[in-house]
Amino acid sequence: MNWDWNVIIEYFPRLIDGVWLTLELVFFSGLLGLLLAVPLALMRASHNPWLRALPFGYIFFFRGTPLLVQIFLIYYGASQFEVIRESVLWPILREPYWCAIIAFTLNTAAYSAELIRGAIQAIPKGELEAADAFGMSRVLKIRRIVLPRAFGIVLPAYGNELILMLKSSSLASTITLLDITGAARTIIARTYTPLEIFAAAGVLYLLIAAVMIGSFRLLEKRLNRHQHYKMPAELAAVDPRMVD
Amino acid sequence: MDLLGFGDLLLSGAWVTVKLALTSLVFGLIFGLLGASAKLSRFWPARALATAYTTFIRGIPELLLVLTIYFGGSMVLMAIAEQFGYTEYIEISAFAAGVAALSIAFGAYSTEVFRAAIQAIPKGQWESAQALGMTPLKTFFRIILPQVWRLALPGLGNLFQVLLKDTALVSVVGLNDLMRQAYVATGSTKQPFTFYMAAAVIYLGLTVISTLMTTWLERRADPASRRAAA
Repeated sequence: MNWDWNVIIEYFPRLIDGVWLTLELVFFSGLLGLLLAVPLALMRASHNPWLRALPFGYIFFFRGTPLLVQIFLIYYGASQFEVIRESVLWPILREPYWCAIIAFTLNTAAYSAELIRGAIQAIPKGELEAADAFGMSRVLKIRRIVLPRAFGIVLPAYGNELILMLKSSSLASTITLLDITGAARTIIARTYTPLEIFAAAGVLYLLIAAVMIGSFRLLEKRLNRHQHYKMPAELAAVDPRMVD
Repeated sequence: MDLLGFGDLLLSGAWVTVKLALTSLVFGLIFGLLGASAKLSRFWPARALATAYTTFIRGIPELLLVLTIYFGGSMVLMAIAEQFGYTEYIEISAFAAGVAALSIAFGAYSTEVFRAAIQAIPKGQWESAQALGMTPLKTFFRIILPQVWRLALPGLGNLFQVLLKDTALVSVVGLNDLMRQAYVATGSTKQPFTFYMAAAVIYLGLTVISTLMTTWLERRADPASRRAAA
């Protein structure tokens, strides 16, 4: 067995194209997932039991099943229904790219909603009472106190969630997308050098993860500069892979 | 459960999924304990090796790990076998590759769980065991490990859920697990939504069962809390 550096160098530009697609998938689904997660988290943290129960089924389903099943349900499953195939949504649901974005968004939103709920519940009671004492309305209190505070608290855990999403994004390769893993698989199908190319792909993932961890540390330092932060146990419980 | 005659196929796939998850759990726990011991070792190369292991494995996608071991593993094995004069083709089964990949990943995460649990046990216990004349190895197995079990259980239970869901990735290299059988049923019935939804429901059932088992084990491992609850 010979280690072939040349094949890595020759196909490196292809892998870099994959890096862009991977980053795109993580960025867009991360952003959309966050937008979806905030209202879900507010509902989950509500005192109204009906409002609290509503997102439960959604979160239970998306956290209890493999992401691969979710991707296949959307990409292959949608075509089973004529209603969908004839609707205006079909041009979107036909594209593997959009199916991946939808699946990743729904998946990360379920995990992030639980993280944000934990963060909301970790806000010291006194701060909320102080907001009430100032006569803030519910909406104003959420906007000025609850969300900014929850954001600061959730940041380290959310950074970890994004790393997990970066890793999950490799599943896009199963529906023909040429992300890092997808690009690696097509290169290997031609050259049959799995060790070299998968190693190169692994290094690229590690580099992206390192950059993400670094930037989140900086952001966290800035946002939580008023305190020394420690992750509350309830956030770590959402995904055990987050504890280090 | 009939599902157009494919119910049995899905259930047989679910059984493969369960076998894969449990086998990987056993090896993953061994890797995790070895990793934690190495991380807490006084011998620095062991610490460095364990840190490299957890950093690398936790930074790369599990799917990439599965693919690398399945496609690259046989090349490595053949190269090793060649040194001993064996030149036939060696193929790694999808199940073996799955167990290897999933247990290596589980081991990397459980290393941290075990490390935290071992460190949570007061030093005085090591010292009193030593005072009683126990060797470090004996202390570890008789005094430390039974308590580590209780402390590590919640974390390990959660990691097992992650492992259970990651088993679906091994279907990509052709293992006849639940995911793969759903795909097969889809091929001949043209009803992808029905079968992937059925698979999803079975996965949900498996995760619920594993949660119940973990809660039961946690209560069993912690008599103090049981007394408090009663």
